[in-house]
Amino acid sequence: MKYLSEYRDGEVAKQLVEKIRATATKPWVLMEVCGGQTHTIVKQGLDGLLGDSVELIHGPGCPVCVTPIEQIDRALDVASRPDVIFTSFGDMLRVPGSDGDLFQVRARGGDVRIVYSPLDAVKIAQSNPEKQVVFFAVGFETTAPGNAMAVLRAKQLGVSNFSMLVSHVTVPPAMVGLLESKNNRIQAFLAAGHVCTVMGWEEYEPIAAKYRVPIVVTGFEPLDLLEGVLLAVRQLESGRAEVENQYVRAVEREGNKAAQYAIQQVFEPTDRSWRGIGTIPASGLALRGEYSQYDAVLRFGLADVHSHESEACRAGDVLTGRIKPRECPAFGRECTPETPLGAPMVSSEGACAAYYNYGRIALSENEKSNG
Amino acid sequence: MCLGIPGRVVEIAGDASMLMGTVDFGGVRRETCLAYVADEVSVGNYVIVHAGFAISILNEEEARQSFELLREMGQLSGEEWMQNLANDSLGQNREVTE
Repeated sequence: MKYLSEYRDGEVAKQLVEKIRATATKPWVLMEVCGGQTHTIVKQGLDGLLGDSVELIHGPGCPVCVTPIEQIDRALDVASRPDVIFTSFGDMLRVPGSDGDLFQVRARGGDVRIVYSPLDAVKIAQSNPEKQVVFFAVGFETTAPGNAMAVLRAKQLGVSNFSMLVSHVTVPPAMVGLLESKNNRIQAFLAAGHVCTVMGWEEYEPIAAKYRVPIVVTGFEPLDLLEGVLLAVRQLESGRAEVENQYVRAVEREGNKAAQYAIQQVFEPTDRSWRGIGTIPASGLALRGEYSQYDAVLRFGLADVHSHESEACRAGDVLTGRIKPRECPAFGRECTPETPLGAPMVSSEGACAAYYNYGRIALSENEKSNG
Repeated sequence: MCLGIPGRVVEIAGDASMLMGTVDFGGVRRETCLAYVADEVSVGNYVIVHAGFAISILNEEEARQSFELLREMGQLSGEEWMQNLANDSLGQNREVTE
């Protein structure tokens, strides 16, 4: 049992697809929330296998994609300063800000370092006491516990030259925002399994009940996703709207209490702007007042920025599922993984990158006729 | 960064202030913070790791049960996929960490 190979079997996948097609009496519209799930779906061609029985629309669950351009611009500003070592997860370095990206800052002499864990950033601060070390704390509920731990660790060790540029986002408010939008087509969600390993699924129950929308906590392997689709379609066909857990091997109802406690200790909810989408109330995490000494925005006076987006990029429509990536006029032309106009083309979790890397370049006949 | 990867705990270390350990991802080993699974983790467990932090211990009993259900539906193949995924995810990691 390795927890991977078992969930990728082609024969089982075929049988699951047949079950889904036999169960669905009409085409249902499901959104997979997480960019990791989008990649599995596009890479394995699961959406194609499902045919007309289910349309999968791709959700906003790509932290690199939704980090607002203002935060990227703040990162570019602080990373350019001579006394600063700027640390980040690798996939943030190519995200375009108003004027360039972090790789370009590094090429101009900025000390920009990729770290695997936020604890590495604290270690860099310890070994470079003459420098200011800033960590770019982005991500959903999956990275929040680690980033919270880095702050707690810095405090415990008395590391005063460490701070964070925080741009955390949380999933449930975004799901509500999508359901509230007037063009909403989503009839069921495949919730992001790894977010639920941390948070559990209790917070999804009021959403399922209020909006009458099935929510299936789903894993990331092909069979996980197909089973998640089957469970969601069964609910839709029988008129149920419940929270169900497909990802039982990793997720428990109450989530990881120790991780939740650390998040609550260090962070508090805040209104957050999502790139391409706009501000969603209480959809972000910010450092609590007692940890404000670790807030890079305060430490470096980064509050005021004037940002401007590429006008050609339709990332917001992609992130909210209104269009598929290849319906964007810039997709695969001005905008490629080498020269991304928007963040979804950058990230290994972005829908545009998934479509581009797995050869989904041309419009389908259906999309052409939709104009 | 949100791509959690399952790996096997091969060593537990670290002091009382923070439990650390080593996790094996298909042959590549990485130092991992085990603080959030400290109450239950033991060597040999499979854990889901995000950005250097184990956030969930995989439940063998649940995994076995859902695996049995899947097995009833068809013939399950060997471990090639595991190796492929390990290569995929590590390839990605290598790319982002250079």
